Amino acid sequence: MLPLISHWLTQLIIGAGLLLICVYALQKIYQYVHQQLGIQKSLVTRINRALPQTQCGQCGHPGCLPYARAISLGEASNKCPPGGLETILELAELLNEPVRGLDPAHGQFRDFSVAVIREDECIGCTKCIQACPVDAILGGPKLMHTVIESECTGCDLCVEPCPVDCIDMANHIAPSLSQTTPLYFATHNSLGVST
Amino acid sequence: MSALKQFAAKYFGEDPVFARRTFGGIQPPTFKEHSLRSRIMSSPIPPQLTIPIGPGNSGEISLLVGIGERVLKYQKLAVMTFYAEGRSEVPVHAPTSGVIISIEDSVVADHSQQQQRCITLASDGHDEAKKIEGQPDYVRLGSAGIVSKIRDAGIIGMGGAGFPTADKLAGCGDAGPEFLIINAAECEPYITADEALLRERADSVVMGAKILKQASAARRCIFAIEDTKPDAIAALQQALKEQLSIAAFCELVLIPSKYPAGSERQLIQCVTGIEVTTGLHPTENGVLMHNVGTAYAVYEAIVNGKPCISRFTTLCGQALKTPKNFEVLIGTATDYLFELCGIEPTNKQKSILGGSLMGNELTSDKAVICKTTNCLIAASANEIPASAPEKACIRCGFCADACPSRLLPQQLLAFSRTSDTTQLLEHGLFDCIDCGACDYVCPSHIPLVSTFKESKTLIENHEQSLLRSDYWQHRFQFRQYRIKKEKDQVLSRKKEVPEQPVQIAEQAPNTQNNEADIISKEQASRDIAAAVARVKARRDEKNK
Repeated sequence: MLPLISHWLTQLIIGAGLLLICVYALQKIYQYVHQQLGIQKSLVTRINRALPQTQCGQCGHPGCLPYARAISLGEASNKCPPGGLETILELAELLNEPVRGLDPAHGQFRDFSVAVIREDECIGCTKCIQACPVDAILGGPKLMHTVIESECTGCDLCVEPCPVDCIDMANHIAPSLSQTTPLYFATHNSLGVST
Repeated sequence: MSALKQFAAKYFGEDPVFARRTFGGIQPPTFKEHSLRSRIMSSPIPPQLTIPIGPGNSGEISLLVGIGERVLKYQKLAVMTFYAEGRSEVPVHAPTSGVIISIEDSVVADHSQQQQRCITLASDGHDEAKKIEGQPDYVRLGSAGIVSKIRDAGIIGMGGAGFPTADKLAGCGDAGPEFLIINAAECEPYITADEALLRERADSVVMGAKILKQASAARRCIFAIEDTKPDAIAALQQALKEQLSIAAFCELVLIPSKYPAGSERQLIQCVTGIEVTTGLHPTENGVLMHNVGTAYAVYEAIVNGKPCISRFTTLCGQALKTPKNFEVLIGTATDYLFELCGIEPTNKQKSILGGSLMGNELTSDKAVICKTTNCLIAASANEIPASAPEKACIRCGFCADACPSRLLPQQLLAFSRTSDTTQLLEHGLFDCIDCGACDYVCPSHIPLVSTFKESKTLIENHEQSLLRSDYWQHRFQFRQYRIKKEKDQVLSRKKEVPEQPVQIAEQAPNTQNNEADIISKEQASRDIAAAVARVKARRDEKNK
């Protein structure tokens, strides 16, 4: 009787072991496929995430998302000066391309800076408000304007349209997000704006 | 489960609190005996006090006094509001009477040693105090009353973290934590402020602990103290014996002396066996911890009605003739204190803020004492040996043995050098408490902790920038959505009122146009055309 039981036991153990190995292998395969699918599905999103989202248009596209779409269709990925070396490296790794230096036709690296309006010189023409891609400038017609520091992306699109040249780009450490940001996301996501 | 626990506690008594096995740690020479030789000295009132009123960047300050105004001791000078986790308010009080000279930025002796906005007060020497009222019968105040009084007294964590005590108490919720631990385990070399305080004023500290227990509604209160402090333990036992009439409200646990036993998470693990989850506050795991200095400040605030205007600070180091502990007014300059201890400037190599292991070099002699300054060391040259040159890691594993958080510092170092973020996070970089035990044991003198600190800042900055870019992207898309919506609105408005203005125009008498009008109209259109041509020419020039 005893040898018979031990025989069954051995079979049982070996069987269970094989089953476990199979389950593990299947799990790994599932994970791998899932990952690969994930990459293919969201290439534009992943490129977009690597871009700095300053919306400055120095790459020649109206915003970061359009440029991400263009990159995914084969455009060069070295046209983003505000992203710095970090973005270039990240994009090269993501796209499996050799690292190329920044395209000098699209500007140069520079430190993060925010726009500051010299407020006594402002005439209230609202031109900078229209130029600002993230609504970071506050003001009304014929009234003084000001830049909300914590919202400014440093894109310097407001400098050019100012008729009295009263906007400077001041070097600045990147501001931390304001305390109301979570509230912002909470209220504005319900408006149907997709991120 | 908790009902079962309560049932068990009722019939079999609480499971006793004892020091459990802890991980890692080192036993460096403590040098504590020098500053414990003399009693706590109340520092004299310096001619000028520079009282820090708040961080310049991450909060708002509302001033309650102006330059040139005379203020009394205990008078509220300012309230700083900052957002750590939720909104916190910490008022600042005048340590003595005098006239406010200026309000400007100054270096503050806290761990970051940054410039902070400070009120400079010239003391008049009268030390004239505003009338204050204590409430020795604190039970009558109720939990909320105690918390609001503590908030009004401007008490923040005296151990070093500086989190507002009232917010910590309010964060426990109504049910209250299981444990309130009073941290008297002052494990870092040189620092003796808590030990000296317990030795001389254990009664007040025990009373403060009782008030804290009342305010937080904690079920059990535990005093944790290292077993190498016989005087303090004796004083504490005496004080507890005297207070025994109010039930056995408090337990005393002796914990083995090693560094860093007094670190919050390590002490909780040692005393209660609870390991605090990464990224959570101890209160979320049912443990509330306060420093003995905080307990004393709470006692002063509730029983005597005194706001937090002073703290206990150790002054030591071989360059001082008489190292001792001070009850020092907030806003005293560090060099004033050093002189009180008889500093030998020729002997001093550098000043250190905090203990010798976690402390930083004091960058300015004029730095002022704030509510979290626990120790100042004037170190001589042979006390702080020059750091030996770094050698390659030999994989001895001493650092892993010493790490109190059970991390693998050598692995973390390798990943830090290659900035491998995923691996760093997987290996628990953010569980590192910067204690410096790995630095201390490393035979190759590798600056491990500073490398980890750098990696932590890098990762945090990266996360911040990702968050920021998300926010910007969202703002950009919202703007486009807004513009589209406005356009749509204009269009729909036009559709709603079709051609009505045109009809009005047709009905208007059009025949009375005289020649002058026509001429002026022609003139205007010609002017406009000329202006357009000018602009076009200018634009062409620019394009060329």
